[in-house]
Amino acid sequence: MLFSGVSMALEPGAALQVAGPNGIGKSSLLRILAGLARPERGEVAREGAVGLLDERLALDEHQPLGKALAFWCHLDGCQPETHTDLLGLSALLDVPVRYLSTGQRKRAALARLIDQQAPIWLLDEPLNGLDTDGVALLISLTRDHCAQGGIVVVASHQPFGVEGLVQLPLADFAP
Amino acid sequence: MSPLLRILLRDLALLLPGGKRGGTLLPLLFFLAVAMLFPFAVGPDAPILARTGGGMIWVAALLAAILPLDRLVAPDLEQGFFDQWALRGISEEAVIAIRVLAHWLSFGPPLMIAALPASALLGIDKAALRTVELGMLAGTPGLAAIGVTIAALTAGLRTGAALSGLLLIPLAVPLLIFGAGALSTGGESGIALTAAISMVLIAIAPFAGGAAIRAARAD
Repeated sequence: MLFSGVSMALEPGAALQVAGPNGIGKSSLLRILAGLARPERGEVAREGAVGLLDERLALDEHQPLGKALAFWCHLDGCQPETHTDLLGLSALLDVPVRYLSTGQRKRAALARLIDQQAPIWLLDEPLNGLDTDGVALLISLTRDHCAQGGIVVVASHQPFGVEGLVQLPLADFAP
Repeated sequence: MSPLLRILLRDLALLLPGGKRGGTLLPLLFFLAVAMLFPFAVGPDAPILARTGGGMIWVAALLAAILPLDRLVAPDLEQGFFDQWALRGISEEAVIAIRVLAHWLSFGPPLMIAALPASALLGIDKAALRTVELGMLAGTPGLAAIGVTIAALTAGLRTGAALSGLLLIPLAVPLLIFGAGALSTGGESGIALTAAISMVLIAIAPFAGGAAIRAARAD
């Protein structure tokens, strides 16, 4: 067992950081929150769609970035290429996904997440691979999302500079 | 356009001959290669070839159906596609049902077309060719359903590729018995039974495949 007795309630506009060392169960907790994994005991209740950003891109590797993002964009009913400028991806739209660097892949995943327009964001190690500009961008995006009444849960062992960020040290709940 | 139609179009772009995940041209060439090799192995005796050719086409089709299995489901599971679909409320069952359709479209009709030159090579007469083609029309959807189910079952395993081939063969035996058996009895009843088995398999596939995906995700 990874953890027990974890309880949280997040109102619209709330941001929470699940912190703790590697292997403590941050990603597992996020997958439970997303409904993709089931806890041994306990339950998750949420209102609104969930957007998940983890190390798996869910973009077709052989497709140009623009087309790969458009697949999800059409599925989510959004306007393609609305956020690519903001994320610095405009020059990469014709580049196949497999040629993107780690940081560029993270930005592409962020574009998919924003396009989804889900009120609840679950970010699993979102800072990995991002440069200084990317980190600043992600933090401002998070801030905006919360300001618009969204909920953000971040799993990261690194500091995440958003005001009002509630900390959940998962190590406290380890058996 | 509905989300499910979008997913079908993506599946087809990936699976049809020339698609990136496609190995569908490869099974087709493999099928023709087997049909070409068979006369060399058995000898150029026309009556024997004509008599056994129909069954040979069935076996070659079965073997060709094994080739693309490891690329049918596993890459989407690894890359997180199934997670993202689930978050959007698109069930695993729906995705698997669509994949069965896409997989069949990418290998069933092409195989039926390839059976024409294969039957010419083997000197099969018109009546037998008709039975083979009808049998394949009835049987290949079932093969596609078995293929996708097994691909979903083995998606989370490391030795998936070899295992899926081994699993497909016994499950495909009923299709082979009635589909190829229709050739010797010459009746329509064999084809009707093949179609019935296909329908049962297609009805089971989305649920078995969907449960397999969720089980693979829980690990």
